[in-house]
Amino acid sequence: MAGNVRLIQGNEAVAEGAMIGGLRFFGGYPITPSTEIAEILARRLPKVGGKFIQMEDEIASVGAIIGASLAGSKSMTATSGPGFSLMVEGIGYAYMAEVPTVIVNVQRGGPSTGLPTKVSQSDTMQARWGTHGDYIAIALAPQSVRETIDLTVRAMNLAEVYRTPVTLLTDEVLGHMREKVTLPEEGELEVINRQKPDVPASWYKHFEITPNFKSPMASFGDGYRFHVTGLTHDEEGFPTNKSVEILAKLTKLRNKIMRYLDDICQIETDGMEDAHVAVYAYGIVARAARQAVQMARARRMKVGQIRPITIWPSHDKKYKEIFSSKNLEAVIVAELNQGQLVYEVQRLVPKHVEVVSLNRFDSELITPAQILNKIKEVR
Amino acid sequence: MAQRSDITHKYLRAKKKFPNVWCAGCGIGIVMGSLIRAIDKLELDRDNVTLVSGIGCSSRLPVYLDFNTLHTTHGRALAFATGVKLANPKMHVIVITGDGDALAIGGNHFIHSARRNMDITCILINNMIYGMTGGQFSPTTPTDSYASTAPYGNKEYPFDIPKLAEAAGATYVARGTVYHVTQLDQLIYDGIKKRGFSLIEAFSNCHTYFGRLNRLGDSVKMLEDMKRNALPLKAAAKMPPEKVQGKLLTGVFCDIEREEYCDRYDALIQSLQGK
Repeated sequence: MAGNVRLIQGNEAVAEGAMIGGLRFFGGYPITPSTEIAEILARRLPKVGGKFIQMEDEIASVGAIIGASLAGSKSMTATSGPGFSLMVEGIGYAYMAEVPTVIVNVQRGGPSTGLPTKVSQSDTMQARWGTHGDYIAIALAPQSVRETIDLTVRAMNLAEVYRTPVTLLTDEVLGHMREKVTLPEEGELEVINRQKPDVPASWYKHFEITPNFKSPMASFGDGYRFHVTGLTHDEEGFPTNKSVEILAKLTKLRNKIMRYLDDICQIETDGMEDAHVAVYAYGIVARAARQAVQMARARRMKVGQIRPITIWPSHDKKYKEIFSSKNLEAVIVAELNQGQLVYEVQRLVPKHVEVVSLNRFDSELITPAQILNKIKEVR
Repeated sequence: MAQRSDITHKYLRAKKKFPNVWCAGCGIGIVMGSLIRAIDKLELDRDNVTLVSGIGCSSRLPVYLDFNTLHTTHGRALAFATGVKLANPKMHVIVITGDGDALAIGGNHFIHSARRNMDITCILINNMIYGMTGGQFSPTTPTDSYASTAPYGNKEYPFDIPKLAEAAGATYVARGTVYHVTQLDQLIYDGIKKRGFSLIEAFSNCHTYFGRLNRLGDSVKMLEDMKRNALPLKAAAKMPPEKVQGKLLTGVFCDIEREEYCDRYDALIQSLQGK
């Protein structure tokens, strides 16, 4: 069967994934290079009874999607670096108040207004540490247009299951690049909805700390009449200054993600069994890495590839296993920034493994030839 | 009075949340009473009422009431409220905010919410100062008044809240005070009933900071000043301008009809779905 084959760009793929994932609310503010996502959803959402709203800025956009999610709609916004900077206030709120939300960051060059139409991966650490306070971020990064569809759905699923904001990190090239894609068949991608309470209203605690750290989520209007705040709160949502309750809340927020790393974290490896050198890269750079590794293999060099799909949180244990591969001598970390994920790799490799940075931040992509040269250098 | 208290108590999270954070004599509690009586009189299903607030003394109000309550970040109450309302248009969404929250950090959301005309009732409790952080000047602090960050008098000019709201597109704009409670009950009642963006300025006293720093006396003295200084719009219309100068005008500034946002969006959905 030929399936539904289309030539679409990454930003269209986000919209496609959002519709498959059951999106019913999008609040956004125009910004290059993410704007197509808003434009497509403005057209498509009302056709299925969903809501699109263009807000007055990115702070309002993230506020609106949090409100809509609390009212029961699967909600999303899309932006790029400067807008993401404004959204981190709301992302921190969504984390604290445990509101499922998806934030798409189509990365462009920074800092500041930087390079609106050029590719970058320089918001990698911002996706992890953007908002103030301790928190555990979830961020996913696709490498192709088709994977953008899949990971958009997955981002929505993770947001619903773990009641937390999830960032989808794409970039300007992936967002605007067109690729031939076979759209998923109906039912091909798993779609997960949030767990609703089945207890009477008088028993319900919106932020209940359960043995598995997952708490069912009622919506405003369901008859449960709960309180939501960004202040540190007890299980009912009321602000607290009691250290026992503060510790319980903040520990729950951490555990509800860190205890489920096996479910949340996806890492792809190739040829690591006998690799002397590994190339570690995510997103669009992983495409170049793949080609470089193939070229190296063709020259009988023992090179492997590591591709984080879940960028945050880091599955330390899994990475340590991968980096302990018996012949491994060096890891090349290729990034479109001045070196961000390289710190994560340095933290996790065994002492004898050398970590080499390959960075590019002149607005162009890292090429397979550049990576191949680096492989030859370290070998 | 006993009957009024009975009504109030029906809606309080009495066992969970009291005592409250407000200073003795604060006007915010009076606004809370007016809000409760307005909701009660409208016989709204409390499951379909969501109170949304930002940060500050006034924004602590929702936590005491047994509705769906959402205490957001500073200035963003209207943005969150927009999401709640559009996602569930059946919901009665009421925003409780203050002069700093709505007009300084939230000024952008304020004017755009008025322009968009979603059916949200915004109760702006104006005490002309930042109370929670200790008495800094706000966008409504009168020129030359004192505040902790205006030790030599405020060099700025204040917003005229009703004019701002009306110019931005609000369909219902009114001002009451915490002294004139019966009127405030009515203004909030009418504001909630109005299908469109409503703004009710509830003029209130912060004797703890604004009163103390400007030597205006205690809560009772400030309420007496409110009584003396307030002038109904209708009476003002018949008076010479020099007598209106410096008065606090109260009443309904604007009450117009404009199709509401969610209604317009629902009509769009209906037409796209061919219904």
